[in-house]
Amino acid sequence: MNFTKFSLKQLRKSLDDKQISTRELALLYLERIKNNSDNAYISVTEEEALNNADFAQKIIDSGESSALTGIPCSIKDNICVAGIKTTCGSKMLEEFVPFYDAELIRTLKSQGYVLTGKTNMDEFAMGNSNRTSAFGNVSNPHDSKRVSGGSSGGSAAAVAAELCAYSIGTDTGGSIRQPAAHCGITGLKSTYGRISRQGVTAFAGSFDTVGALAKSAEDCAVVMESLCNNESFGDKLGCDIKGVKIALIKELFTEAVEVNVKSAVMDTVELLRSRGAEIIEVSIPVLQYAAPAYFALASAEGVSALSRFDGVRYGLKGNGAVYDEQLRDSRTRGFGEEVKRRIMLGNFVLSGDNMDNYFRKALAVKQQIIREYDEIFTKADAVVSPTSMRTAFSLDEPSDFVKIYSSTLYTVPANLAGLPSVSTPCGKDKATNLPIGVSITGKRFDESTILQIADFLEKATGFCERGRE
Amino acid sequence: MYATIGLETHAELLTESKLFCSCSAKFGGGENEHCCIGCSGFPGAQPSLNKKALELIIRAGFALNCEISRLTKWERKNYFYPDLPSAYQVSQMERPVCVGGELQIEAGGESRTIRLNRIHLEEDAGKLTHGGGKSFADYNRAGVPLIEIVTEPDFHSAEEVIAYVEKLRQILQYADICDGKMEQGSLRCDVNISLASVADTAAGKLGTRTEIKNLNSVKAIGRAVQAEIERQTDIIESGGRVIQQTLRFNDANGEIIPMRTKEDAHDYRYFPDPDIPPVILTDEELERFRAALPELPEARYRRYADEFGLPPKDAAIILNDKNVSDFFDNAVKHYNNYKTLAGFIIVELLRRVNLGEVDMAALPFTAGEFAELQRFVDEGKINRDIRKDILRDMIESTKTVKEICDEKNLWIKEDSGAVEAVIDSVIAANPKAVEQYRSGEMKVFGFLMGQANKELKGSAAPAAVKNMLEKKLKGHG
Repeated sequence: MNFTKFSLKQLRKSLDDKQISTRELALLYLERIKNNSDNAYISVTEEEALNNADFAQKIIDSGESSALTGIPCSIKDNICVAGIKTTCGSKMLEEFVPFYDAELIRTLKSQGYVLTGKTNMDEFAMGNSNRTSAFGNVSNPHDSKRVSGGSSGGSAAAVAAELCAYSIGTDTGGSIRQPAAHCGITGLKSTYGRISRQGVTAFAGSFDTVGALAKSAEDCAVVMESLCNNESFGDKLGCDIKGVKIALIKELFTEAVEVNVKSAVMDTVELLRSRGAEIIEVSIPVLQYAAPAYFALASAEGVSALSRFDGVRYGLKGNGAVYDEQLRDSRTRGFGEEVKRRIMLGNFVLSGDNMDNYFRKALAVKQQIIREYDEIFTKADAVVSPTSMRTAFSLDEPSDFVKIYSSTLYTVPANLAGLPSVSTPCGKDKATNLPIGVSITGKRFDESTILQIADFLEKATGFCERGRE
Repeated sequence: MYATIGLETHAELLTESKLFCSCSAKFGGGENEHCCIGCSGFPGAQPSLNKKALELIIRAGFALNCEISRLTKWERKNYFYPDLPSAYQVSQMERPVCVGGELQIEAGGESRTIRLNRIHLEEDAGKLTHGGGKSFADYNRAGVPLIEIVTEPDFHSAEEVIAYVEKLRQILQYADICDGKMEQGSLRCDVNISLASVADTAAGKLGTRTEIKNLNSVKAIGRAVQAEIERQTDIIESGGRVIQQTLRFNDANGEIIPMRTKEDAHDYRYFPDPDIPPVILTDEELERFRAALPELPEARYRRYADEFGLPPKDAAIILNDKNVSDFFDNAVKHYNNYKTLAGFIIVELLRRVNLGEVDMAALPFTAGEFAELQRFVDEGKINRDIRKDILRDMIESTKTVKEICDEKNLWIKEDSGAVEAVIDSVIAANPKAVEQYRSGEMKVFGFLMGQANKELKGSAAPAAVKNMLEKKLKGHG
């Protein structure tokens, strides 16, 4: 049996039925990690995994297992796990070992999780190709010369390459959904505030969310239910989508979207329509400012969030005779180029008159976008859009920052408005055979509906593949 | 030249825990003992607002006649300094909890109104110490809730500033908002001063202002204001210009020392804290907070003067220290002779407190016992002259008044036979003095009286002793 291709529910059954032990399952994944060269992990925690597995086995043997007990996972490296290096993909925290668990880790531990390791990511989650990591690029499991996407690139690649059964990532501007789309898996960004951020290293507190990356919408629902004290996420899975109202926002289907991506997403829309979903077309002109507004706000918050990294209590210790010199040295050597660029950007929008000219205007855009989405949700149950305007690009492609920043248009509205959004595979690029993702965005705290739609699509299209072929 | 002065007062709140985490907010403790990932700025820490701190700042708002904002929110003030672990201080800019307000002060025989601009709620920073070429950071104080009370530039002399600080401190103490311990830094002031001619000042044209930071005693505030007025006067009179800068006052030698000028001022890049949701206050909550507002010094003064009939001077002495006033209020619950109790406190208890024999904040006896002692005196059960000796015993032992009097046999004897016996023995033992008295040397009466009292150990009413002695001496036995 090929356990690493199993869904979480199948794994649950296999473990509970003793077809495989937790230790055997952990070793199976650890072996795959050893033989994989995608650089999806910053730290592989073999010893921890086996200890976790033994503990989980006891839970299973006593008949008290819950959904995730004994199932190997990975955790994005900006989420603190006590005693395990948590680098945030940065040289600054290369040696940082937190002595505390994030709230969500405490939840998972109490259910007998098995940690295979901490996944690679763009430095402090700032990036969308995983190329800003201080620990090297992550290769896309579908094509090793292409990016995994980011910032949860390691998590997406690890799930796609079957190095873990599921992964926990964070999404501030698309960091779960975009790499999920590029790697051909399902990624769910939860409603803002739904999962505790305690112990999750901050990038932009207004937008940071935690979510799941897994093989399917159903798996995402299982993970979310485990994280949220069994609140229901999968209650609508398999329900008829007849009569479900889907909105398409004109501004998210522009010329910038590659033809293959657009046609795959439109095929999805047609499929939904043919099964009885109602399609509504709407327009939110203010979305043209979504990406710049997001970058103004997120960078401003990012500057402040990163200011605590001074090398005094932890982190890269700076050299110098006095505090100022040490501080400068620590941050000069500790932070990479993209992080420094965002610090410059954030300081710019907050300094002097720019506060009014940029920051406050960006806040107004955010408020407007919230109102527009709320308005849409009086008429529709979900919004369908491309997750990314294109498929995974080459690792060697030069970085054009304006292009990179503006390409976040498809994911940042859900962050600006605090909405849950899931990306699921909906097709393949005909020339490259790379996966294409479609995003389904829903009302606040209504993850159930978007997971229902994603689950329907996965079953209807068969594009939800299980890892590398 | 005429000085115009504004004040920013920082007061640490009397909460059990810090503003955004559950660490102890108590003063002291071992280095970095009251710390967690939140107040020492570790990755991933999330804040959670202390409700009690919010109540206390609202209480300050009520006490100082401020308007309370129905929607209040927090901003981050960003700057790097090693005493600030997260490199930002959570403070309030746009929507402070309290807006406006005022405080009446008496200075130079005049009553004046000082207008407040705002009161906001923020977190304190840690403490740095330096030694042996090294610096040490202690984050016990980091995150302790602090209110900043900002006045309008309504002061024109050091005397007014002092009157304000003393009155403010008293209000904060009485309302249980802040302990007012300036020596521990729980109350400290920044003073802004500028000079201009009287005419310019009246026309609202103020001079360039300087700011003296972190003054932590009433005395230092007065001296610093005076020194800065003199420094600026000297500059202006010698044809110079005052430059806008931040200053420090050296308490040891009274010198004003520049810290930084406007050019190297920080750009704090204030922006809304994304981790602390705005707070919306309802009428019900505000009413609940108002109902919990303790009695303020002015109300207590009226109660003491009008209701209790204390002389204004006595009322003021008791109010001067909240511990004394609380003690008095507890005592009168047991025994309602306000005047004799107030007198006992002022004459005997405060004398011992001032001598350092006893600490008002940690008395070894209860207000009830203290009141009991005065009641026995007033009821003629104990001689007033030995009241102070019994008080000393109460300080030195844990015995009750009754136990002390029983053990030492200090109760006034109702039995005149016992008094008579003592007097007879005194007369018998001092025939010379008796002879002198009888031959008209009346002053020896005091000596004989003293001998009798010594014998009686205060256990008889003085009048009774006097009458009996006179009777015996005059009546020739």
